[in-house]
Amino acid sequence: MDAILETKNLRVEYPARHAGQARHVAVKGLDLRVKAGEVFGFLGPNGAGKTTTMNVLLGFVSATSGAAFLFGVDVRKPIARQRIGYLPELTYYYKFLTAEELLRFYARIFGLPRATADRRIDQLLKLVELDRVGRRPIKTYSKGMQQRVGLAQALINDPDLLILDEPTSGLDPLGRMKVREIIQRLKSEGKTVFFSSHELGEVETVCDRVAIINQGELKVEGRVADLVAQHQTNLETIFLNIIGYQPQLQV
Amino acid sequence: MNTILALAGVVLKELYRRKDFYVLFVLTALLTLLMGSVNFFHDRNIVRYLREICLLLIWMSALVIAITTTARQLPAEREQRTIFPLLAKPVTRGQVLAGKFLGCWLACGVALLVFYAFLGVVSGARAGQWPVWQYLQVFWLHWVMLGIVVAFVLFGSLVFAAPSSNATISFVLVLGILYLGRYLNNIALQQPEPMRTVVYTVYFLIPHLEWYDVRDLLVYEKGLIGWVNCGLVTLYGAAYSGLLLFAAWLVFRRKRLNL
Repeated sequence: MDAILETKNLRVEYPARHAGQARHVAVKGLDLRVKAGEVFGFLGPNGAGKTTTMNVLLGFVSATSGAAFLFGVDVRKPIARQRIGYLPELTYYYKFLTAEELLRFYARIFGLPRATADRRIDQLLKLVELDRVGRRPIKTYSKGMQQRVGLAQALINDPDLLILDEPTSGLDPLGRMKVREIIQRLKSEGKTVFFSSHELGEVETVCDRVAIINQGELKVEGRVADLVAQHQTNLETIFLNIIGYQPQLQV
Repeated sequence: MNTILALAGVVLKELYRRKDFYVLFVLTALLTLLMGSVNFFHDRNIVRYLREICLLLIWMSALVIAITTTARQLPAEREQRTIFPLLAKPVTRGQVLAGKFLGCWLACGVALLVFYAFLGVVSGARAGQWPVWQYLQVFWLHWVMLGIVVAFVLFGSLVFAAPSSNATISFVLVLGILYLGRYLNNIALQQPEPMRTVVYTVYFLIPHLEWYDVRDLLVYEKGLIGWVNCGLVTLYGAAYSGLLLFAAWLVFRRKRLNL
C-alpha cells in the first residue's frame, strides 16, 4: 500500500541561540511511513521533536537534510497540502470573524464552489455543534468552542489526511470524547489521521499504529496491539520505559 | 487569485470591525463641519479654506489608516499564530504577502472614498460646484501613493521587530519624503562632493510621493492634470510598489515564523 505520509532520513537543525553554542538538532534521521486509512499516533515527551516533524510536514520549517512527502508530493510544494486538514494544538484563528466567515474564508482558499462551501459549512457546524452560534464572533467563544471551530476548519476541504497536534489538550472529558468520536468516524470513512498526543489511553483506544520518538530519534514504531502483546503491558508503561523514565525514590 | 482575494477580504473585514477608521472619520467630519459652519472674516472664499483643511485631515487620516493597518498585519499573524493554519493550506508566502497588500490597499481605497465623498458633498453644498473629474484625479493619485506606502510598510514589518517601531519609522520617512523629497536635488547642488553624489542618489532612489499630492487641484479649482501624466505616475507607483513587494517576498520566504 502506498504511503500517504512519508519522511526519509529527516533531519532538522536549529541555529544556535548564542555564539559558541552548538546547533540544536531537533530531529535526527527520522523515517516514517503512514499508510492510507490508518490512524497513526505520534508520541514522545515534550521537546522530543514531534511538533518540529509536523512543522516540516506542513511546510513551516525546512528540513536540514532528508525529505518529507504527503501523497508522494514533496512537502515544500504548496499543492502537497491540498488534501490535508490541520488542527493546531491551540486555537489560532481570526477572532474578529464569525465561525461561519472563518470556514468560508478557508473554503475559498481551497477553491470550493459557493454552493458546496455553503453545504459543507452547515454540515461542519452541525458536526461540531456550533450551528446555533456560527454567526457569533470567535472571540466570544469558550476555549472548547474555539477548539471545535479548529476541528471544523481542519475538515472544510474533506481532507484525506488529517494532521492533529494534541487535539484534546485543554478539552473537558466531553470535548475529548467528541474529538475521539470524530477521529473514529473519519477512520470509518477511510481517512488517514496522523496525530500527536500525551493522552496515551486515548491513543491506545483509537490508533492502529504508533511511533515513539525521544530526543529527535525514532525509538519504536509498530501496531499498538503488537507492541502491547510484545511488552506484556499497556502503552503508557511502554512509553515510559522507552523514554528512560526512572521513578523517584520517596524521601 | 482566489486565495489572494480571500486574504484581502479578511483585511477589509478587520478594518470595518475595528474602531480606528470610524474615529478618524468622525474627527475629520466634525472638524470639517465646524470649520464649514464658521464664516471667518466674512471671506467669500471660505470654501477654499474648508477644502484645504479637510484635505489635510484626509491626508493625515489616510496615512494613519494605511500605516497602522499595514504595520500590524504580518506581526499579528505571527504573534497570534494565525499564520500556521493559513500556511497549512495550499497557500504560499508570496500569496499571503500579495493578499495582505491588496487588502490593505483596498481598505485604504474604501476609507478614501468615504472621506472624499464627504468632502465633495460638504464643499459642493457650500460652493454649488461639483468638479467630479478633479475629485477623481485627486482620489486616484492619492490612492496610488498609498499603494507605495502600504508596500513600504509591509516590507518594514518584516524588517523591524515591533509594529510600533515600523509605524513610527514609516511615518517619519513618508512625511519626510512628502515635505522634503522635492527639495533634495536643490540641497544636493549646494553640497560639496561626495555629499552631493550621496544626496543625489537618495533623490533618485526614494519614491517621489509628493508627485501624488495634487490637493491644489481642488483647493484652487485648477484644471485637470493630463491623463497621460496621470497614467505615467500610476505606472511609477505600480513599479515602486512591485519592487517593495518583491523585496518583502525575498525576506518573508526565508523568515522563521517564531515557532
